[in-house]
Amino acid sequence: MMNLETIPLQAFLIVSSALFCIGIWGLLNSRNAVRVLMSIELMLNAVNINLMAFSSYVDNNLIQGQVFTIFVITVAAAEAAVGLAILLSLYRNRVTVDMESFNLLKW
Amino acid sequence: MSIAITTQIICFSVLSLVILIGALGVVLLESIVYSAFLLGGVFMSVAGLYLLLNASFVAAAQVLVYVGAVNVLIIFAIMLVNKKEDLKPISDIKSRRIISTSICLTLLSLLIRVDLTNVWSLSSPQNSIREESTIRIGEHLFSDYLLPFEVASVLLLMAMIGAIVLARRDVMSKDISTGLPVDQELIEKSSEPLLTNKN
Repeated sequence: MMNLETIPLQAFLIVSSALFCIGIWGLLNSRNAVRVLMSIELMLNAVNINLMAFSSYVDNNLIQGQVFTIFVITVAAAEAAVGLAILLSLYRNRVTVDMESFNLLKW
Repeated sequence: MSIAITTQIICFSVLSLVILIGALGVVLLESIVYSAFLLGGVFMSVAGLYLLLNASFVAAAQVLVYVGAVNVLIIFAIMLVNKKEDLKPISDIKSRRIISTSICLTLLSLLIRVDLTNVWSLSSPQNSIREESTIRIGEHLFSDYLLPFEVASVLLLMAMIGAIVLARRDVMSKDISTGLPVDQELIEKSSEPLLTNKN
């Protein structure tokens, strides 16, 4: 067994990859529109873990990755607010949150 | 970080397990309410990972913004649109599941392959700035990242106005298309859909 001095960077990257793939699976397979938004949040969190890990291991003096993470959190908050507002107005017009019934743009 | 390495590894393993199992629960559980609360747990564990990476400011921002704002917003949305409805069965659901699962697994194996390729020259694993990270982030935000910082405030304002415009009820007393009086109540009543289904 090798003697670790610190948690390897790869461990963080693997966790974030797995979280990202779970998010994509949820995005593709959910029928509830709220769950689709939750999957998007999961994917954004995976990206944030990635940025934070690199900022701490590769760039631990300037920590620009942490600044990027702050901006991603900002954009995620705005995205959640607008997404849920769109969802509410969709629900008002269609009386359902089933993703399969939102087919107005289908030709 | 002054914590012993064994403690760090234990913390990391527990947090990662909570994150991955919680995320699986978010996408797989039947009840959307359980999913929302599990999502809160995932966000908290991600904040714990940030603390392990010596980033106390971002961890606090994560808890405040994600758990305190985004998760609460999602729970509110569930409360407003929570209606028991039996979904129409899709005919080719099985092939869709197979295709999407295989795509995700392929992507996962690809990403892990890239993760394990060690091409980065890692500097000393000990974080040299320790508790100064908050000061450093502040310096970044007000010097080289000043423009994105200001644009972010404009973005938040636009998102706020957009959310209000999209989600509010009609302020007029009569419906434009039907001429009927509009109900101004907070709780949605079942009404005729304005846009009819295509099929």
